[in-house]
Amino acid sequence: MKLSLRFLVPALAFAVLVAFFVVGLKRDPGQIPSPLIGKPAPDFSLESLGDPAWKLGPGDFAGRHWLLNVWATWCVGCRQEHETLLAIARENRVPIMGLNWRDDRALALGWLTQLGNPYISVAYDPEGHAAIDWGVYGAPETFLIDASGHVVKKQIGPMTMDIWQREFLPLLPAGEGRP
Amino acid sequence: MRAAALITCLLLSPLAGGVDTGQRFEDAADQARYERLIRDLRCLVCRSESIADSNATLAADLRREVETLIRDGRSDAEIYDFMTERYGDFILLKPPVAPRTWLLWAAPALFLAGGLAIVMVVVRRRARIARNDPAALDEEPDRP
Repeated sequence: MKLSLRFLVPALAFAVLVAFFVVGLKRDPGQIPSPLIGKPAPDFSLESLGDPAWKLGPGDFAGRHWLLNVWATWCVGCRQEHETLLAIARENRVPIMGLNWRDDRALALGWLTQLGNPYISVAYDPEGHAAIDWGVYGAPETFLIDASGHVVKKQIGPMTMDIWQREFLPLLPAGEGRP
Repeated sequence: MRAAALITCLLLSPLAGGVDTGQRFEDAADQARYERLIRDLRCLVCRSESIADSNATLAADLRREVETLIRDGRSDAEIYDFMTERYGDFILLKPPVAPRTWLLWAAPALFLAGGLAIVMVVVRRRARIARNDPAALDEEPDRP
């Protein structure tokens, strides 16, 4: 009895520690869960990147699923995911709106000319006000908003075809956006 | 003497930290509130720093939001709510007391209680041994 207690207590304490570490190490500290999931998409009214007279907002996509992709020319991960965004745009299932975050208009337009434009429209947010309302803390970030205007999914970091097919496609209603 | 002065200066230097040291408000109470709030909010890019300590762009943007909210006459609670609605509890350097954080807040007390329990068991056992066989205490600790 004495022996078993003497080994049991430290062994138990050790097991608890290991359990904490296993859970803790599996979590990616780069992924801060967004409180926005399930909430209505925050509104904004921003100039279009290409045409300052054209005001853009989440209301443009009312009644359908759409993606909001936060990007900037200073963002390495954005360049990394650009091909994927172009491929998603080619699928033609959901429109992608860009949110150009804390960037320079001329540089951003140059980027789209050079690398191709996956976006239906790009909202220009040089001050980062809309980005704060969306809880953005590091580009690239991609949000999926459903037909009722609620945020249903957020991807932090570069989008890949794998993530898109595994985590986003199942959230889309079958057939939506198909021509 | 010189070494002592140097050590004192080095030890005090963390207190001089802070990126945003300028006066933002004419009103001293508003300025104090501003400084307190930005110390309580985490910079989400740098994680271990408050937005007062960080010169990341996002930290600067969040400081600007705090300033705007204070100027709009919002209360502290409203400002914290503004931040957690967007960034979650993670933005608070001091987590809120809620059912899911009870364990976290109770942890120091639980560890202290655990330590005290161990001390009591050991002390009692040694007292019992001392009563029965005082000589045993001078020998190796009891083995099973």
